[in-house]
Amino acid sequence: MMKQILSVSWISLRSLPQRLWLSLATILTIAVVVAVLLAFLAMSNGFRKTLEGTGSDDVALILRGGASTELNSVLSREDQAVLETAAGIAKNNGEPMISGELYVVVNGTKKTSGTKVNLPLRGLSEQGIAMRGPVTISQGRLFVPGRNELVVGRALLGEFDGFDLNSTVRFGATDWDIVGVFETGGTVFESELWSDLAGVQNQFNRGSSVQSVRAKLTSPDAIEDLKDFAENDPRLGVDVISEKDYFKEQSQSTSDLILVLGWPLAIAMGLGALAGALNTIYTSVAARARDIATLRAIGFSSLSAFFGTLSESLALSVLGGLLGAAVAWSFFDGLSTSTLGGGFTQVVFSFQLGGALLVQGAILALGIGLVGGFFPAIRAARLPVAMAFSDR
Amino acid sequence: MPDTPLIMLENVSKAYRKAKSEISIFDQLNLSIKEGDFVAIMGPSGSGKTTLLNLLGGVDRPTSGTITINGERIDKMSESALSRWRAHTVGFIFQFYNLMPMLTAARNVELPLLLTKLSRKQRRENVMTALKVVGLEDRAKHSPREMSGGQQQRVAIARAIVSDPKLLLCDEPTGDLDRETAGEILSTLQMLNRDFGKTILMVTHDPEAAKYAKSILHLDKGHFVEELVTS
Repeated sequence: MMKQILSVSWISLRSLPQRLWLSLATILTIAVVVAVLLAFLAMSNGFRKTLEGTGSDDVALILRGGASTELNSVLSREDQAVLETAAGIAKNNGEPMISGELYVVVNGTKKTSGTKVNLPLRGLSEQGIAMRGPVTISQGRLFVPGRNELVVGRALLGEFDGFDLNSTVRFGATDWDIVGVFETGGTVFESELWSDLAGVQNQFNRGSSVQSVRAKLTSPDAIEDLKDFAENDPRLGVDVISEKDYFKEQSQSTSDLILVLGWPLAIAMGLGALAGALNTIYTSVAARARDIATLRAIGFSSLSAFFGTLSESLALSVLGGLLGAAVAWSFFDGLSTSTLGGGFTQVVFSFQLGGALLVQGAILALGIGLVGGFFPAIRAARLPVAMAFSDR
Repeated sequence: MPDTPLIMLENVSKAYRKAKSEISIFDQLNLSIKEGDFVAIMGPSGSGKTTLLNLLGGVDRPTSGTITINGERIDKMSESALSRWRAHTVGFIFQFYNLMPMLTAARNVELPLLLTKLSRKQRRENVMTALKVVGLEDRAKHSPREMSGGQQQRVAIARAIVSDPKLLLCDEPTGDLDRETAGEILSTLQMLNRDFGKTILMVTHDPEAAKYAKSILHLDKGHFVEELVTS
């Protein structure tokens, strides 16, 4: 049986050049569908990985109770003073390792579209910088406290206008000098501007308040001690979450939204591709009707006619899938872009294609090929053998 | 050559339903052809020649009656059993050759052997033998489009005989060929009948072609009206 199926498949595939343009159209349609799906999946994947790659298990993020993001949180100097006495926080030279931070929104312009967007400016101390893993100043230098100086994240610099090294930017009535470019290994922090906490508090009229406090924990498990402390101290009304979990939650809604848009769009386009595939394979069956009937007259089974026809459809879908994957890989993998993150500010991230996503693209392509070939294959299997005796 | 009939049709009727009416092609048709015979079937269009060929090849089924070929009742066989039966019992020769245009002559001839358990080497040997019988061993690697109509029909004959079936069913085998080439093809069929003992049933419109057969059956309105012995 396998010899029969392979022979009919071979004959079917060898006859493809006779339907060159129709077959190419089907391949291209499937390729477009797969490329669009993979683009969405790569976008969602890249966004999620950027946020999930940010943050540490042994750093706790403390926000005002009920605040889901840093932007809508506020903590007073008194809150910070109480938190400095909390259990579970690591110490450096006897001093608790905590960092009060301000997170304010400033204007920026996207390079690719020229649209105005919100960008995050974070006021933080050197302690806060040290808590973010290895941070390198790749160009220039770090800001000097007390001056209106900024360092700019590498990703933000690449994506938005006006933040070049040694340039000056105006936020409100204040000019800020860009004195350095920093890198954090591709995390979401590279989408931020950083400056001295006191300077930001002063220029944005925030007094001594902060929006979040980061605390270095003695160990990842110590977060439970800190949570107990925060819950049991009546002076505090805060939520405690590990920095890693915070960014994981932040990634979820946006990456889910991208997926929710991506799959239905791909399926809708896939239905169009399916119609194209059905048309192509029905045309193929009609064109090869006498060949199929002749093979059946010779003794080939109807099953071989079925699978031989299905193989043509699957071959077209595999070619379309490969082409779509190649296009997605060439044009989207590693492509840097930005979108609105959970903090209502832009998060710069790269599209990331991987094996698991390519498998999803392959499933879509093969699905189109399978359904697109199934019904014409049934017609091929049921062709009257007497057609072998028909006129040309 | 044994005198037992290779083909036996007993009270075979065939009718097609079209809209609400029934069109009868054969009614209680009987036919017996012995092994080693070469029979031409002639008749006007619509007389049932091709339907008869289809019934004998297991391509179509009778409405009633029995068809026995080589000792096997084929009128009740399942579709898959008929496929297997055709593979080893019948070789078809079509008016328009029905070669696969994308395959070489050798690959076309090899097709029926793919239904056997022969090794690739054995298949290749049998293919070359069949091509040699029809005088085309030097064209094995040529594609059909590189051949004349007569050569294509000889490749089709090689394909029909490569699995050594007892029965060859020919549907207007020279209908698409000029007189001289048609003569060559018919001589080849005669040779297969004479030297290899193939039983041949040939449907034709052409009285000249029919003369190559040992006997001619005239079919008209679903009945055999005349039998002529040519040799």
